Amino acid sequence: MAKSASPQKSPAKTSKAASAPLIPNRERPEEPKRFLADKEALLAFYREMLLIRRFEEKAGQLYGLGLIGGFCHLYIGQEAVVVGLQSAIKPGKDSVITGYRDHGHMLACGIDPNIVMAELTGREAGISRGKGGSMHMFSVEHGFYGGHGIVGAQVSLGAGLAFGHKYKEDGGVCLSYFGDGAANQGQVYESFNMAELWKLPVIFVIENNQYAMGTSVNRASSEDQLYKRGESFRIPGIQVDGMDVLAVRGAAEVAVEWVRSGKGPILLEMKTYRYRGHSMSDPAKYRSRDEVQEVREKSDPIERAKAELLEFGVKEEELKTLDKEIRKIVSEAADFAETSPEPDVKELYTDILVEQY
Amino acid sequence: MATELKMPALSPTMEEGTLARWLVKEGDEVSSGDIIAEIETDKATMEFETIDEGTIGSLMVEEGTDNVKVGTVIAVLIGEDEDAICAAAPDQKLEGDAMHSPADVGRSDKIIVPEITLRKDDPDVPEGTAMNSLTVREALRDAMAEEMRKDDRVFVMGEEVAEYQGAYKVTQGLLAEFGDKRVIDTPITEHGFAGIGSGAAMGGLKPVVEFMTFNFAMQAIDHIINSAAKTNYMSGGQMRCPIVFRGPNGSASRVGAQHSQNYAPWYASVPGLIVLSPYDAADAKGLLKAAIQSEDPVVFLENEMLYGRSFDVPDLDDHTLPIGKARIMREGSDVTIVSYSIGVGLSLEAADALSAQGIEAEVIDLRTIRPLDKETILNSLAKTNNMIVAEEGWHVCSVSSEIVSICMEEGFDDLDAPVTRVANENVPMPYAANLEALAIITATKIVDATLKLLNK
Repeated sequence: MAKSASPQKSPAKTSKAASAPLIPNRERPEEPKRFLADKEALLAFYREMLLIRRFEEKAGQLYGLGLIGGFCHLYIGQEAVVVGLQSAIKPGKDSVITGYRDHGHMLACGIDPNIVMAELTGREAGISRGKGGSMHMFSVEHGFYGGHGIVGAQVSLGAGLAFGHKYKEDGGVCLSYFGDGAANQGQVYESFNMAELWKLPVIFVIENNQYAMGTSVNRASSEDQLYKRGESFRIPGIQVDGMDVLAVRGAAEVAVEWVRSGKGPILLEMKTYRYRGHSMSDPAKYRSRDEVQEVREKSDPIERAKAELLEFGVKEEELKTLDKEIRKIVSEAADFAETSPEPDVKELYTDILVEQY
Repeated sequence: MATELKMPALSPTMEEGTLARWLVKEGDEVSSGDIIAEIETDKATMEFETIDEGTIGSLMVEEGTDNVKVGTVIAVLIGEDEDAICAAAPDQKLEGDAMHSPADVGRSDKIIVPEITLRKDDPDVPEGTAMNSLTVREALRDAMAEEMRKDDRVFVMGEEVAEYQGAYKVTQGLLAEFGDKRVIDTPITEHGFAGIGSGAAMGGLKPVVEFMTFNFAMQAIDHIINSAAKTNYMSGGQMRCPIVFRGPNGSASRVGAQHSQNYAPWYASVPGLIVLSPYDAADAKGLLKAAIQSEDPVVFLENEMLYGRSFDVPDLDDHTLPIGKARIMREGSDVTIVSYSIGVGLSLEAADALSAQGIEAEVIDLRTIRPLDKETILNSLAKTNNMIVAEEGWHVCSVSSEIVSICMEEGFDDLDAPVTRVANENVPMPYAANLEALAIITATKIVDATLKLLNK
């Protein structure tokens, strides 16, 4: 195929550039504002964050009792990230994908806690019929595409889901969550490049909880301001207080608008913190107890929302009642997960392939 | 109402541990998240948090106690109100072994391997159907084009597949017909685009991902196996990954060790994948169409040396072949030669040479490497009682090893002699022309091995 030669741009045009002030040479998203939540909206965020926290505490307890095996990565401390972001997207239209620290994402997608917990205990009623486990859970119905055990894989896969939205012209966007550890994987940058090149509707969310297993961001990342990691691919990046659900929601709105309007991907770095170890069997000796305690006391996302709710005039008693209600939901999920039967042995050989040959 | 706090399992393998230190004393108020004890496991010292609120009633195990079994009550927490009831309720059901054996009485633990009964034969090619002489390259292109016309979810992605028309010209003309939305040039980033393809498949599209060669798919093998092959199983059948990974595989010509390798055995060992490796143009077309139509992830292994060879292809509207069905290329009664891909041509050549010496060989083209068509292999063995497996690749842990095992396990009584494997030499592919020629399987090597097998 012959291509017509395109004329070279005249260099004269840029001769003034050297003395010109540094101005962005391309459009950037506006600076996000903290979301102005009314009482009901904030109460809904609070409720969801509390559900994730109580669910994860219970999962930790069931692990301790031997009911959950293998690896189990808890989301405690990071609740504001997924609650704020998920509240800004459209269920049924948009898609979500994450790594193995996925329980919170599933609850925030509106998936029944019972079947999530039953998957954790490896039972037939689990969302993957007990065959996936903590790290491998999916709900196509809720637009939740996993639940992936390989660090960074979900970044390429998420770009692929976004590719699908664009290809099908269904108006959807993909939220692809990954951690500060995954942010150093090569395929992340392969995917950044293609996502921007092809203007894929994907929001890359780095959940920077400060530690990739036992390695702090500073020990693993030459550029530790992770929101800048997309800039050389022309993907705009925004750093967000991931311990403040309203700041997260505010940033989510900017990101969703940017991506949905066809401007290509955007990168959000959520500065957050995990209170528990990397997985249940991580003794977390790479940080001091004081460090964890300080975050809990000063920046806890749930306590912060609670303080604002009290300012709205919500009574302590109401919040206590809410906590009881959530503890009951979680207890029932645990009961369900413990009493459901294990998968039938015939399930061993099901769902390997879709078709018969 | 009291809540019993039990010795937790803090690693996948922990059965008992040491209660190293209490960080609370009886009468202390605690709330969820408070660290109450340090526990030494087989691997590390861990902090034990309470998830309940209340007052420490009593500490049941003294600090410093070794070998505390997982599940032992180590403390009792007195709740302020009925909160504790919810928290305690499930625990009470978890005495002793009960917690490891859910209610599943009456279940058989026998492993049930489903019998696959639907084995379709090749569709009949009606009498008088015209035959077109096509190269393998053209047949592959036609297969993609036909499926793309039928199903707008199908798209092709890879390095140089669009503007350049394919590194080996397999995608020639596709860009012109389908445009750059469906024929997509990628950067040289196999891991990334194999992941993007897999994600697109999970999201409902049907990608055909071309690897310039399967040697480069090594960069992407994580997505092929961990993302594409296992998702359906891990999701309990709800999330599929209908994708085709295709490209040339095996030795080419003088491209050296890193570009001359047969990956069929690698992929064929993975449950959840379909592995196809056609020989001639008709099969290349019919099987690639089947691969694209399939709801499962398919690894489709082509061969660069065969791209330019011409074969008859039936001129039908829809020449789709069944997956999982081998093909008898030549009938014979004295010995069976099983092969696939470029090895089939060598086997046919060998069969002609053997026939000149009065030996009639039956030649089987496997076509599908996973799932293997055991029935066709074993039926032929029962007929000839002698088997050669010819494979362009290493023989250690290979497709031929698998066929030897099948003959041992399921066709032992039909064997007059041990199955013989004819394959490449057990070395990285040398570059030097003479050494390369020595390293690769040839028709002569198949003939020699057959004569030896038959004591001729």
